[in-house]
Amino acid sequence: MNRLSPFNVVSLTLGFVFLYVPMLILVIYSFNASKLVTVWAGFSTKWYGELLSNDAFLDAAWVTLRVAVISSTIATVLGTMAAYVLVRGGRFFGRTLFSGMIYAPLVMPEVITGLSLLLLFIGVGLDRGVLTIVLAHTTFSMCFVSVVVSSRLVTFDRSLEEAALDLGASALQAFRLVTLPIIAPAVISGWLLAFTLSLDDLVIASFTSGPSATTLPMKIWSSVRLGVSPEINALSTILIGLVTIGVIAASIGSKHAALRAKRDEQAAARAQ
Amino acid sequence: MAETVFAPWDDPNETPLIRFRNVTKRFGDFTAIDDLTLDIFEREFFALLGPSGCGKTTMMRMLAGFENPTDGSIELAGQDIAGVPPNKRAVNMMFQSYALFPHLSIWDNIAFGLRRESSDKAAIAARVEEMLKLTRLEKFARRKPHQISGGQRQRVALARSLAKAPKLLLLDEPLGALDAKLREATQFELMDIQEKTGTTFVIVTHDQEEAMTVASRIAVMDEGRVMQVATPDRIYEAPESVYVADFIGDVNILAGTVKATGDQTYALGIENGTVTAVSERPFSDGQNAHLAVRPEKVAIHTTAPEGTDNLLQGKVLDIAYLGNLSTYHVELPGGQIIKAQTANTRRLSRRDITWEDHVWVSWTKTAGVLLDG
Repeated sequence: MNRLSPFNVVSLTLGFVFLYVPMLILVIYSFNASKLVTVWAGFSTKWYGELLSNDAFLDAAWVTLRVAVISSTIATVLGTMAAYVLVRGGRFFGRTLFSGMIYAPLVMPEVITGLSLLLLFIGVGLDRGVLTIVLAHTTFSMCFVSVVVSSRLVTFDRSLEEAALDLGASALQAFRLVTLPIIAPAVISGWLLAFTLSLDDLVIASFTSGPSATTLPMKIWSSVRLGVSPEINALSTILIGLVTIGVIAASIGSKHAALRAKRDEQAAARAQ
Repeated sequence: MAETVFAPWDDPNETPLIRFRNVTKRFGDFTAIDDLTLDIFEREFFALLGPSGCGKTTMMRMLAGFENPTDGSIELAGQDIAGVPPNKRAVNMMFQSYALFPHLSIWDNIAFGLRRESSDKAAIAARVEEMLKLTRLEKFARRKPHQISGGQRQRVALARSLAKAPKLLLLDEPLGALDAKLREATQFELMDIQEKTGTTFVIVTHDQEEAMTVASRIAVMDEGRVMQVATPDRIYEAPESVYVADFIGDVNILAGTVKATGDQTYALGIENGTVTAVSERPFSDGQNAHLAVRPEKVAIHTTAPEGTDNLLQGKVLDIAYLGNLSTYHVELPGGQIIKAQTANTRRLSRRDITWEDHVWVSWTKTAGVLLDG
């Protein structure tokens, strides 16, 4: 093991403090027995129980989950298709413009995206609700999927597809049987990215939702304006827990895959 | 009874499997293939040989269906194949990168093409087993491509492209990724499999030794044109142009003007005198020509020998010792260098020629080839 220099120890500590102390405080206070957020009155899990009986929060959670699953799935399909055309379509008219434009929503302020979507929905007379949030989330997360998938496609060996065609596969079969399984990790990370973006979006959802649909971030935001309640802390702790589990699972999964690949390579080396 | 020689290109009654007719392929302003006409016959092992960028890969991709000719037509078994997509052609290709599907096992890689045209599981399994046996890969059927060695991957690629029993198999630099020893062994293996299956092979290579070893005929290409199509020995012994003579193997080129001295015999006036050469191709007096002589056909002497057709004097500039052979670079008075190659049948310590020695080089009048221009 290398010993860290004092400078590195200090910067590492400061980094972790900045990142995790706020979250740690939130987690601790979610187990606070007192109704006053800033006064510690002993350990309790009662706020978690109350959360489960709070229909408004449960409804919001359900809306958020539905929006996230549906919008990220549609965004993944559309984003993958867009990436495929932009990387593989050859030099068609306007390709440079299109590939530049696919990145534009990434840097566009969310307020502007939200406002323009709101104007569009009003313009076409669409009632605001779950559907409009799904459409809005699909729109902006599609670009992220497209960027992730196209960066994988750029390094994809084209001759694999040609080999599939050469062996008698139609273009669609070549995509389904060869390209898609190989780029699947990028497509899945694209989906996860879109899902996460949809899950924690507040600004765009606020613009495009109606009275019938409130997402969890909106609900949290509006309740915090009336004062931070321990329930919110409990809810946030659950979200942090879910994200932590997800990240740990993903890293264990990739480490496992790397170990297996290494073992396979060693087996191959022995076989020679 | 004499053994019949495989030479369908000399038989006017044979119809070629592939006919390139005045094929031109342009990419924008760049002409990759320039008005090319070529016949390839059934059961041939045909090599397209040339430096990179000569159009050989474009020709192969046109046969596979990944490119279409700008002008002219390509016929496969009498049928114009322009516009037929790659998945509808009885042509399979072995890719330079092998292009094995990384997510499928060796077995599934080989079965991939078979599954596209048939759903008969038993027949597919039988054919895959047959291919595994042919390429000696039975033990590795369940492995993934990254779990086997480079040589094994190359055999999987071959098995996969042969599984559908194509009329024509295209091989794009198939042995490029293998080391020298394995490459040599694989060349013979390829020839063996080609003979066993009776498939027509077209191989693209820039390695002249490889082309000479495996091919029944070689097309030497340069800048989108075919310079010469002939059997390996004709390409080597009877090149039709300075380009072909120079591209294949090592060669001495002497420039001069021709004068007829007898029936099919010509004197070539060069800088250091006159050399004699026999040529079936006629030359007119005063015409500029080149004489191409292979180094192994040039003898080197320490004293002037008697009764040689061509004799020139010079001094040894360099000796390239290759183990089995030595090549002497002899500088003629004008500065021209003649390479003479001898087999090292005696030990090096007994060699009696060394640097700066004055020596004579000689060759017979039939040793060289007289070429235009």
